[in-house]
Amino acid sequence: MPMSSADIERLIKIKFPDASVQLTDLAGDNDHWAAHVVTSAFKGKSRVQQHQMVYDALGGRMGGVLHALQLTTALPAD
Amino acid sequence: MAEDPVQATIAKTIADNDVVLFMKGTRQFPQCGFSATAVKILDHLGVPFKDVNVLDDMGVRDGIKNYSNWPTIPQLYVKGEFVGGCDIMREMYQAGELHDLICEKGIPHAHHHG
Repeated sequence: MPMSSADIERLIKIKFPDASVQLTDLAGDNDHWAAHVVTSAFKGKSRVQQHQMVYDALGGRMGGVLHALQLTTALPAD
Repeated sequence: MAEDPVQATIAKTIADNDVVLFMKGTRQFPQCGFSATAVKILDHLGVPFKDVNVLDDMGVRDGIKNYSNWPTIPQLYVKGEFVGGCDIMREMYQAGELHDLICEKGIPHAHHHG
């Protein structure tokens, strides 16, 4: 059962309460999402670490039930 | 962890090659859109790389995810360092960062400055 955008956003916000999560449905099939995540928690982290943080927030579903999440990350403009 | 033969083979492949792309399929015949995008990016940069088809060996397919603590394929390694998957490669490529990384690491590639 593919993950809904609400699930993705909720999981990320549980881990990063200040996160803003922009989700775009790439294929209109509720299974190919692009997510842009912005949170201060990324400060000082490399891109790889930032993505790993998001994957951890998604509780290991990435690569499993969620196989196509196009992810970009950024720090909030302070 | 290192005595695990799969992890040892993975580590050796990464150490023996400047640029390694663990992917689904091969350079000529990528079997997945993300892997195909990764190959295209490296070809655009004119970077020679070792392609490892994880579909040939389920051990490597799972082992590589533990090796880098990264859940998906493809995975790019430059001079022994995990660079990222398809998303990060695309983002870095578009920002010119992938080209800079390869230049910095002294890896031969198609030079087309200017």
